[in-house]
Amino acid sequence: MGLGSLIATGSLYAGLLWGLLTLILTILLGRVFCGWICPFGALHQAVGWLANRRHKAAARMAANRYRPAQRFKYALLVFLLGAAAGSLVRHLLDLSVESTIVVVVIAAVSLLCGVAALWVRNAIWRDRILSLVVFIIGWVITGFLTDGSRLLAASLQTGLLDPIPLFYRSVNLTLLPLADGPSIPLASPGRLYPGSLAIGLLFWVAVLLNLRIPRFYCRFVCPLGALFGVVGKNAIYRMGQKAEGCTACGACNQACEGACEPATTIRTAECLLCMNCLNACRHDVMGYRHQPSAAGEIAGPDLSKREFTTALVAGLAAVPLARLAGKTGENWNPAVIRPPGALPEEMFLQRCIKCGQCMRICPTNVIHPAALQAGIEGIWTPILNFRMGTSGCQRGCIACGNLCPTAAIRPISLDERLGRGDFADRGPIRIGTAFVDRGRCLPWAMDRPCIVCQENCPVSPKAIVTREAFQPVRLGGALHLIDMKDRQLRFDGPALPAERFATGDYFVTMANSDAIPPVRIVDIGPGGITLAENPFAVAAHPGDRITVQVRLQLPVVNPAVCIGCGVCEHECPVKGRRAIRVSAENETRDRRHRLSL
Amino acid sequence: MRETPMDRREFIRRCTRAGLSVTAASTLAFLFYDRKAPAMDMGGSPAIRLPDYCLATMKNRLCIARATDRAAAVRQAFAALGGMQAFVKPGERVLLKVNAAFASPPALGATSHPDLVAAVVRLCKEAGAARVTVTDNPINDPATCFALSGIDAAARKAGAEVIVPRDSFFTRFSVKGGRLIQDWPVLLAPLLDADRVIGLAPVKDHHRSGASMTLKNWYGLLGGRRNIFHQDVHSLIGELAVMIRPTVVVLDGIESMLTNGPTGGSLSDLKPTGTLIVSTDPVAADAVGTTLLGRQATDLPFLVKAQKAGAGTIDYRSLDLKEIKVI
Repeated sequence: MGLGSLIATGSLYAGLLWGLLTLILTILLGRVFCGWICPFGALHQAVGWLANRRHKAAARMAANRYRPAQRFKYALLVFLLGAAAGSLVRHLLDLSVESTIVVVVIAAVSLLCGVAALWVRNAIWRDRILSLVVFIIGWVITGFLTDGSRLLAASLQTGLLDPIPLFYRSVNLTLLPLADGPSIPLASPGRLYPGSLAIGLLFWVAVLLNLRIPRFYCRFVCPLGALFGVVGKNAIYRMGQKAEGCTACGACNQACEGACEPATTIRTAECLLCMNCLNACRHDVMGYRHQPSAAGEIAGPDLSKREFTTALVAGLAAVPLARLAGKTGENWNPAVIRPPGALPEEMFLQRCIKCGQCMRICPTNVIHPAALQAGIEGIWTPILNFRMGTSGCQRGCIACGNLCPTAAIRPISLDERLGRGDFADRGPIRIGTAFVDRGRCLPWAMDRPCIVCQENCPVSPKAIVTREAFQPVRLGGALHLIDMKDRQLRFDGPALPAERFATGDYFVTMANSDAIPPVRIVDIGPGGITLAENPFAVAAHPGDRITVQVRLQLPVVNPAVCIGCGVCEHECPVKGRRAIRVSAENETRDRRHRLSL
Repeated sequence: MRETPMDRREFIRRCTRAGLSVTAASTLAFLFYDRKAPAMDMGGSPAIRLPDYCLATMKNRLCIARATDRAAAVRQAFAALGGMQAFVKPGERVLLKVNAAFASPPALGATSHPDLVAAVVRLCKEAGAARVTVTDNPINDPATCFALSGIDAAARKAGAEVIVPRDSFFTRFSVKGGRLIQDWPVLLAPLLDADRVIGLAPVKDHHRSGASMTLKNWYGLLGGRRNIFHQDVHSLIGELAVMIRPTVVVLDGIESMLTNGPTGGSLSDLKPTGTLIVSTDPVAADAVGTTLLGRQATDLPFLVKAQKAGAGTIDYRSLDLKEIKVI
């Protein structure tokens, strides 16, 4: 994981340094992580054991034999690292075009090599030199023809199948929400995660494949195991046989988790260090030693050069292909609202490992795994959906960024989020902007008072302000004044039910008194309409037309203040498709999305 | 080709099994047979009545305390009204309905102040209350609201139980004679489990209803999609005033939120108004609170409605009024 993000971003963030420790351990001791630390591996081992414990020895031996398809995981690893390596390669390309001297030197070297190739007798060496020349020429030409910016891009996709993010994601988004209840303190009950089916499906398929072949995932799929297989090639200590005593009983193969065939020539790269063979061997032949196995060993993975290159090139090519959709550029999807502190989209995709921890920690359950909103690369990355959860994104909360293991969401401080202290001149972090849908908003579209959005807007001063407006109410006919006494108006015309018009939101205007602003109806009874005051007494005459007006407060968003927290969208009483919705417009993480001045 | 000879026993066995299966299938079908299509759920609340938490002996009491310290103010205000023991008898269960609507720190004044909550819990405990519970159905995430507002910690420390609402605590309820709260989920469980109810609310500006004080605070007893009631918010508050008749209310105007309510969000939205009101008449309490906001009580339609419905009086000077200064 750490390596993936290192390749993609050129930096190794905070907790990812643990990856180095694991890597060093693996270099020295082999795949200790797989056999002793990996939680997903432990689960596989338990399920595999449960499923196969009653099987006959021959069946177990057959299940645990080495299959050539196990090298698929290496290809997968190379593919995923290739996808992450785009920007690294781009840096190399940059070097070749920027300075003339470099180009001249490279040209001279390749010329020299080409000439040398003619003199070299050894065919193998000649081929090697020639392919180097071809490679260099291709490199330089590509560098000249393009700046590489479109041809090469990095995207970190290891998280899809790396067992740690996969396990975290599956537990956080598909298992814990089912188990959540009053006994789990962090749980606001009824957490929802769209797309959980696919996430859970991957998890359960991986788990249930143990019923057919134990540790299926570890043997065939796991890219992390593949990496450890490669780097553990020169492990000082490894499993192996003593020179004498083996009766070829095959007990070790029967118990083997990694399908590395310890009974014959052991495949060290496949060995998970489960140490089952140590126990299984009745003749004390198996051991964890620094001497090579007496029965011989195959140290590295058996991925051919051709397979390696294919996987690498496929990985390198896949990301630029996906980027042609323009999701990180002009075709950005405003529905992709990233958590506060998230990096610009391109950098975000180079870091996010889709582990789902931000989605679990979010106190209001507004962070959800994306489907295809952010493109195929953005699958299962965190996006905010304010229709779900218990509120919007709380402005006093910075939990997600401080938990994010890769800083795809930066660990911001409250000061930075709110634009206080050192950040006062930069202003608060905005994750989007709210837009009123005037075709759906109750006051705008239907002349109904509401402004729940304004009430709930948590920033001060409020980002939603209101415009007062009076709209005449359509009645069954015209109302005409009969007479008035103090604040009481008797009228002629259709009935005005008190429960509808004496609510405090309805007002009266009078023809011939245009200059007088509407007056609130306090009550309606047998004696007519009671007004809060009666300024009409001066000018009104019997027979004047009375108009009932509804007082509306029309919500308007101030983009200079709105931080896109989505509380308004969450609370909007138009529950189906909200009448006020946040989109990623004006988010601070990308200057190109700026809206307000 | 010869046919396999019939085995009599086998035949009888088969017939018996088949017969039993047919009988079982028929019985099940008969048991579950339903001629009618499922009916639409038309609601129809069960006839639940909320008790009247008022004390007949304590009607029309109001104390206005001018103070800066909430705990001292509420203690002395209750003392002026005859002490908490006049409201809470030993062994009674008391529910405090606080305002914990927003996930906002106490300093911003959007929620009931934890000092005040703790002080009232202690008063109830001293008066011999068997149990004091604190509840609200907040707008933001409930657990976060109770934690960030400081109410959870303060109430627990003072010996109260905090009830964070869960779906099962809500029951469909209708206000008698009401038009809006009909067959609507209401946070009844804690209410029905209490002998006395005390409302605790801060004085806040509210753009839609004019002000949010003790009457608007009952909004937090509603569940479901209560936001649709904003279309007729004044009538709704009028119905809430009828729905719940508290033992006493405490209106906290030590600081009042004059602008940007009811969320506030900035210290500049608050103004020290140095007043705390304890009253058995929530309408009167709100009428006093309205003056702190510099508004006219008669300009707030919900107060007029609550008064008309018999929930109290806007003319607070007509009550048994005590004014004290707390130093």
